[in-house]
Amino acid sequence: MVETITIFVLAIFVGYYVVWGVTPALHTPLMAVTNALSSIVVVGAMIQTIGLPVLGVDGSVAFQSINTISVLGAIAVFLASINIFGGFAVTGRMLEMFKPKKKKEV
Amino acid sequence: MEFIREFANWFYLIGAILFILTLRGLSGPKTAIAGNRYGMIAMVIAVLTTFFVAEGPVVWMILAAMAAGAVVGITRARAVPMTQMPETVALMHSLVGLSAVLIAVAAVLHNNQLAAMFAQDAAAMTTAGVDFHAMTKVHQFELFVGCFVGAITFTASVFAYGKLAAKSWAKTLKGGWVKPVQASLFIAMLICGGVYFMTGDMTMFWTMTALALALGWMWIAPVGGGDMPVVVSLLNSFSGWAAAGIGFTLENNMLIVAGSLVGSSGAILSYIMCKAMNRSILNVLFGGITATAGAAGEVDDTPKNYRSGSADDAGFLMSNADSVVIVPGYGMAQGRAQNAVKELYNTLKDSGVTVRFAIHPVAGRMPGHMNVLLAEADVPYEDILEMDEINSDFAGTDVVLVIGANDVVNPSAKDDTSSPIYGMPILEAYKAQTVMVIKRSMSTGYAGLDNNLFYMDKTMMVFGDAKKVVEDMTKAISGGGH
Repeated sequence: MVETITIFVLAIFVGYYVVWGVTPALHTPLMAVTNALSSIVVVGAMIQTIGLPVLGVDGSVAFQSINTISVLGAIAVFLASINIFGGFAVTGRMLEMFKPKKKKEV
Repeated sequence: MEFIREFANWFYLIGAILFILTLRGLSGPKTAIAGNRYGMIAMVIAVLTTFFVAEGPVVWMILAAMAAGAVVGITRARAVPMTQMPETVALMHSLVGLSAVLIAVAAVLHNNQLAAMFAQDAAAMTTAGVDFHAMTKVHQFELFVGCFVGAITFTASVFAYGKLAAKSWAKTLKGGWVKPVQASLFIAMLICGGVYFMTGDMTMFWTMTALALALGWMWIAPVGGGDMPVVVSLLNSFSGWAAAGIGFTLENNMLIVAGSLVGSSGAILSYIMCKAMNRSILNVLFGGITATAGAAGEVDDTPKNYRSGSADDAGFLMSNADSVVIVPGYGMAQGRAQNAVKELYNTLKDSGVTVRFAIHPVAGRMPGHMNVLLAEADVPYEDILEMDEINSDFAGTDVVLVIGANDVVNPSAKDDTSSPIYGMPILEAYKAQTVMVIKRSMSTGYAGLDNNLFYMDKTMMVFGDAKKVVEDMTKAISGGGH
C-alpha cells in the first residue's frame, strides 16, 4: 500500500514540474494528449474482459466468454479506445499545424 | 509467454517513462510531435503487456472493441473542426469517466461472482486453476473512489460538452435551491459509499454510483459559459484522478503514474485559468460572477457615447499604421473568423505593417484555444504572443484590433476597485494609440460588465459579424489606399 502511494505522490510531483514546462500555446494539445493518456484505463478494461468460471451440476468448471462482466469490460475497452486513437490523432493533427510554418519560413 | 507476464511491471515502467516524455515534449512545438509518438508507443506496450497479464482474456472481444473504438476515434479526430475543440475535449473526458465507472462496476461484480462460485465448490474452482482473493477493505475503498470520481467526471463532462456545443438541453441552473441540492447529493453519496465500504451491500454501491452521476451534472450546470476554461481543465484533472483510482484497485503502477500526470496537468491548467481571471477555484465552481455583478447598485443609466466606424475606415487606419496588435477572443472562434484574420494579417504585412497577436490565457473556451485556431489558419508561431510578453508593447502600438474579446481588455480590472473583475490581469489594449473593436452589438460580455474601453475617445467600434468585418477590412486595405 505504501509503495503504491509513494509512486502516486512522486508521479504527481513529476507531473507538476513537467506540466509547468509546457508552453501555453500548446495547452489545447496538452489537454487532448492527456485525454489519450488517461485512457490507459483500457488496461483495467482489458483485465475485466475475461472468461468467467461457471460451476456445472457435476462439479466441473467451464469458462464462459460472454458474460455481464466481460461485456462491461469490452464496452469500456471500446470507449477508452475511442479516446486513445482519437486523442493521439487529434493531438497529432494540431501539432502538425504548429510545426511546418517554422521550417518553411526560416 | 511466461516471460512477459513475469516482467510485466518492467514493461509498464517503460510505458510510464514514455508518458512523462510525452508531456515533456510539449515544452515546445518542435519536440511535441516526437512526444506524441512516445505516448502512442507507450500505449502499444501497455496494451500488449496486458494481453499476457489478464487472466484468460477474451481476445476477440477486446480486439473487436478496440477496432470499433479506433474507427470512431480516428474518424472523429480527422473530421472535427478546430473551432469545436473545446466540446470535443469535454466529450473525451466523459468517455474516460464512463469507462472508469464500467471498470469499477465490472470489478465489483467479478469479485462477487467469484466469491459465490468459491462458496459453492472451492475445490473444483481451484483445480480448474481459478485464482481468487476476496476484495480487501482497501480495494473496496479504492473502487468506491474510482467509481464516484469517474461518475462525476462522466456526467459533468457531458454537461460541459452540451454547454460548449450550445445544445438546448444544457441549461444553466440558477436559484437558491442549487447549492443545498448539490450538498445533499454529495453527503448522501459519501454515506452510501461508507455503508458499502462497511457492509459490502450492493444496493448501496448502485445508489452511490447513481448519486455521483446526478452530482456531476448538478455540479457543473450552474457554471456559466465564460468559466468553461476552468471547468474543462478541472474535468481534465478529474479524468486523471479517475484513472489513478482504477490503478490503485488493480495495483497497476502505469495507471497510477498516467493518472497522476494527467491529474496534476489538469490541476495546473485550472490554476492558470483561475489566476488569469483573478478568482479562486471555489469562486468559479460555487460562487458565480453574475451574482456580484447584479449586486453593484451604482449602475450608470445615462447612455455613454461611443464612436463607431465602418470596416473601410478601420482598414484605412490600419494600413497607415506602423504596428498593429490583434487581440482575438471567443467571438473569433464563434464567428469562425480565423482564416479571414490570417488574410488580414497577410495583407497588412504585405503593406509593411508589423502585425502581432496578443493572447490572454482565458481567451476562448479552453486553455490555448486561440493558439490552435491561429495555428490552423497558418499564422506563424513567432507572431503570437502571450499576455506577459506583449503587455509592455501596447503603449508603443499604433492600432489594437480587438476581435470578439471583451473582459480580457476591460480597463476596469485595473482601476475600478468596485468592479467584480478588479485585479484580473488584462491585455493593456487601452494604452495603444487607437483601439478598434469588432463586436456584434454594444451588449455586455459574459460577466455582464460594461467595458470602458469601448467609450474611450481613441476607440472605434466596428459592428457586425467578425468574419464579414475582417474580410471587408482586408478588401479595403488591398483595394485602395496605396
